[in-house]
Amino acid sequence: MTPLLSVRNLSVTFDVRRPGSWPWTPSLKLHAVSEVSFDIQPGECLGIVGESGSGKSTIARAVVGTIPSSGGNIFFEDHDLANMDTRQRRVHRRDVQMIFQDPLAALNPRMTVGEIIAEPLITHEPNTPRKEVKARVGELMERVGLLPNLINRYPHEFSGGQCQRIGIARALILRPKLIICDEPVSALDVSVQAQVINLLMELRRDMGLSMIFIAHDLSVVKHISDRVLVLYLGRVMETAESHKLTTAPEHPYSQALISSVPIPDPVLERARPRPILEGELPSPLRPPSGCVFRTRCSKVQPDCAQARPALENVSDRHFVACPYHEAQQVLAVSG
Amino acid sequence: MSLLEIEDLSVTFTTADGDVNAVNGVTFNIDKGETLAIVGESGSGKSQTAFAAMGLLAKNGRASGIARFDGKDLLSMSQREFNKIRSKDMAMIFQDPMTSLNPYLRVSEQMAEVLMLHQGISKSKAVKEAVRLLDAVRIPDAATRVTMYPHEFSGGMRQRIMIAMSLLCQPRLLIADEPTTALDVTVQAQIMQVLADVRQDFGTAVILITHDLGIVAGFCDRTLVMYGGQIMEEGPTDNIFADPAHPYTSGLLKAVPRLDKDEATLATIAGEPPDMSHLPPGCPFSPRCAQILDNCRAQRPALETTGQRRRACHLPVKEVA
Repeated sequence: MTPLLSVRNLSVTFDVRRPGSWPWTPSLKLHAVSEVSFDIQPGECLGIVGESGSGKSTIARAVVGTIPSSGGNIFFEDHDLANMDTRQRRVHRRDVQMIFQDPLAALNPRMTVGEIIAEPLITHEPNTPRKEVKARVGELMERVGLLPNLINRYPHEFSGGQCQRIGIARALILRPKLIICDEPVSALDVSVQAQVINLLMELRRDMGLSMIFIAHDLSVVKHISDRVLVLYLGRVMETAESHKLTTAPEHPYSQALISSVPIPDPVLERARPRPILEGELPSPLRPPSGCVFRTRCSKVQPDCAQARPALENVSDRHFVACPYHEAQQVLAVSG
Repeated sequence: MSLLEIEDLSVTFTTADGDVNAVNGVTFNIDKGETLAIVGESGSGKSQTAFAAMGLLAKNGRASGIARFDGKDLLSMSQREFNKIRSKDMAMIFQDPMTSLNPYLRVSEQMAEVLMLHQGISKSKAVKEAVRLLDAVRIPDAATRVTMYPHEFSGGMRQRIMIAMSLLCQPRLLIADEPTTALDVTVQAQIMQVLADVRQDFGTAVILITHDLGIVAGFCDRTLVMYGGQIMEEGPTDNIFADPAHPYTSGLLKAVPRLDKDEATLATIAGEPPDMSHLPPGCPFSPRCAQILDNCRAQRPALETTGQRRRACHLPVKEVA
């Protein structure tokens, strides 16, 4: 099966000026994403987890095409994003849609809900009769759980959860093939979060969507995704099927990440071993040599500083970037 | 006598759109060295309850009822009197450490200020004490970093500074308002460890205000669940999590995806959090409750005590799903 999206050795760097430096001094290179590769099959959901600054959102933006990559290739349905002509690029923009974290900030406050949801359709298919636009907007509003009679209201009249539903409807109106959700539920209350997660999972199943689901909350990512990609300082540490990742993580960072996620069960929580990850994320301006995680790794060896560990295929579609990897159950998972 | 006693506390804000009752008749207490979690979603009144006790309500807010710290009435205190007990007897840490630290002052200045004001000691002595506490919250190389400005620290380090600052005068009660919400999970685990150490080493009582049931499970002796400005239920953390006695708590526990469970779909609570200026006359949770009874909408259930637990619900305990 040809993957829908195929990312090969993607790197994204940003130029950063040192504060107070002269205009002619060369700027520093911030490596937001380095040599990231992954595939997404049609209908698959890939979760991306990592701490803030790990490059999650940068990957999303590069895939959408809003920031240029500085190395590597992104193939969408076998077309290289970098070599697309204007027409292909327009098609790509329809096929890949995005849902953002702050639902209210992502909606234009001066447009009505109907206008917001219809805008992509009117932009890409300007000849659609008004009646049909309205019908499709109404149909979608119902599909995402909004009453169609709210079509003339403004975003500020809605709660956070409802705004996120509007954002979802806007992303779906062009019937895209890939949806990128960048922290779609982290700004929502716990009780509303579950509603939006269920809605996204339903839509994905019913419409056969492929999805990239980005979040810092591993519990949410694991729940919704088929496979999970663990990022650290712009590099892939491990990718595995989500059940596999939580039950038998191989990379020391994945293990540390899983053991820091609190479980809402007091008895279990007290009994859990808690190897706390010391220190903080190193600066992406001066990433450590060799393995980027070595400064905080509990299993660090002298040669970790020498070479960057390559992604090693340990079993079917399970890749780990650590020569000393070892499966370790840090959490008992029940069905 | 309890350390902090809150009795029938209500907080009302006067706004252009009329009065908003953020907290409605909340009663609880906390003993020396105890940890209490106040759990709730945004708008549940969990933070305003703490703000009222600390005298930190916004200008348009009024608190009524009783709040006593060590027998002293808090609600009738002037800001002058509050200034004497804040930090010395009770201290608070906030969600966003960057906005709570003064960006213009070195960490040493803002920390020493607290000690010079409350204990009248010299500045050099105060800075020495500040370094000792920064060490205690495990800030590496505290002696040199104490002279840095807040923006030179990462989010996790800033939160450690906040914790160290709140401990300067060895308060008997520490109120932590969403202390880890802005932080990454690995840093969250570090900060919760710091708080656990603080509690053990200094015997400080801690009120942890949060929406995250996971960190409550690992940290608190007792849990109090709030919704719509009212207490839904309260009891020992183990019991609340093992068998919730209120449909809201039970729904909340089922709505969080758990890393240790493979579930096909999450159970949800229908609807949205309430509009605090138009609360229903009965139980605030009634519009969203799946197990609603006839009198729930009209009659507000009283908070009833059974053993160590309290709950406000018309539904018999055994029938809570």
